[in-house]
Amino acid sequence: MNWIYEPWPWYIGGPMIALILFLLLMIGKNFGMSSNLRTLCTICGAGNASHFFKFDWKTQRWNLMVILGAIIGGYIGAHFLSNNDAVAIDPTTLSELQEMGFASAGKAYLPLELFDNAIFTKPKTLLLLSIGGLLVGFGARYAGGCTSGHAISGLSNLQRPSLIAVIGFFIGGLLMIHLIFPLLF
Amino acid sequence: MRTLIYLGIGILFGITMYKSEAASWFRIYEMFSFDSFHMYGIIGSALAIGITITQLIKRYNISSFYGEKIHIIPKEKGWKRYLLGGIIFGLGWALAGACPGPMFTLIGAGFLPIFIVIIAAIVGTFLYGLLRNKLPH
Repeated sequence: MNWIYEPWPWYIGGPMIALILFLLLMIGKNFGMSSNLRTLCTICGAGNASHFFKFDWKTQRWNLMVILGAIIGGYIGAHFLSNNDAVAIDPTTLSELQEMGFASAGKAYLPLELFDNAIFTKPKTLLLLSIGGLLVGFGARYAGGCTSGHAISGLSNLQRPSLIAVIGFFIGGLLMIHLIFPLLF
Repeated sequence: MRTLIYLGIGILFGITMYKSEAASWFRIYEMFSFDSFHMYGIIGSALAIGITITQLIKRYNISSFYGEKIHIIPKEKGWKRYLLGGIIFGLGWALAGACPGPMFTLIGAGFLPIFIVIIAAIVGTFLYGLLRNKLPH
């Protein structure tokens, strides 16, 4: 059972995601995480501002339970199932990141330059995380889904709209990393 | 009982996101740099099995565990919203290094700054709700 403490290879992670898709389908639900962000807007009273948020959020309570589980799963994964959290990224990526000033690359799970508690006093980093989150939330709802809803559920159902969305995800990601990152870091 | 099932599936999902490192900013960066097969292997193998499962359920009209018909909602037709929304999502995914599932996993893993990303993502969703009638779909 020692393998469980090591980072899981893709051929365990991928089939596990498919298992989650299968379980959700078999209990009559669909795999899609970003719709929770809309539900959270509705709970906060966004229905008064836009018709888009006027729906009975209780019909989505099941999905909120899934993300609550995802939080607990993150806790279990990090605290009970890992000896060493450093992500062993490819050496080319590693040296690239170190040149850009990410000294924590290869030594941590997330870059401490962006996700250490010290960033709460760094306006630039706070701004970058806010912009990142804003784009994720806006883009996911505009596209009608995120990685789980389009790249997994939608493509599994051979939906052309999901293919277009996933192509969009990649155009956006490549623009960010290859054109915008050199200006930011 | 059903609540516990949803919670259990979420826990499985959270552990998978953390342990497969799909919740790591570094893995997302590496994916968009085309330097490693890891993320492509995860998404590709999930998809290969996912397509098989979904098509089998549809072809053989397999019922849910509760004996009900399984509805897989088709996406609305069109391309503008998918391409434009997709690009915006991709920009954010690469910058924040987290998509809407793993974000929550990272709270559990103890990274407090991810709350900034989550709150901003909720605000982003809200802004979409305000602007959607003015956007091409």
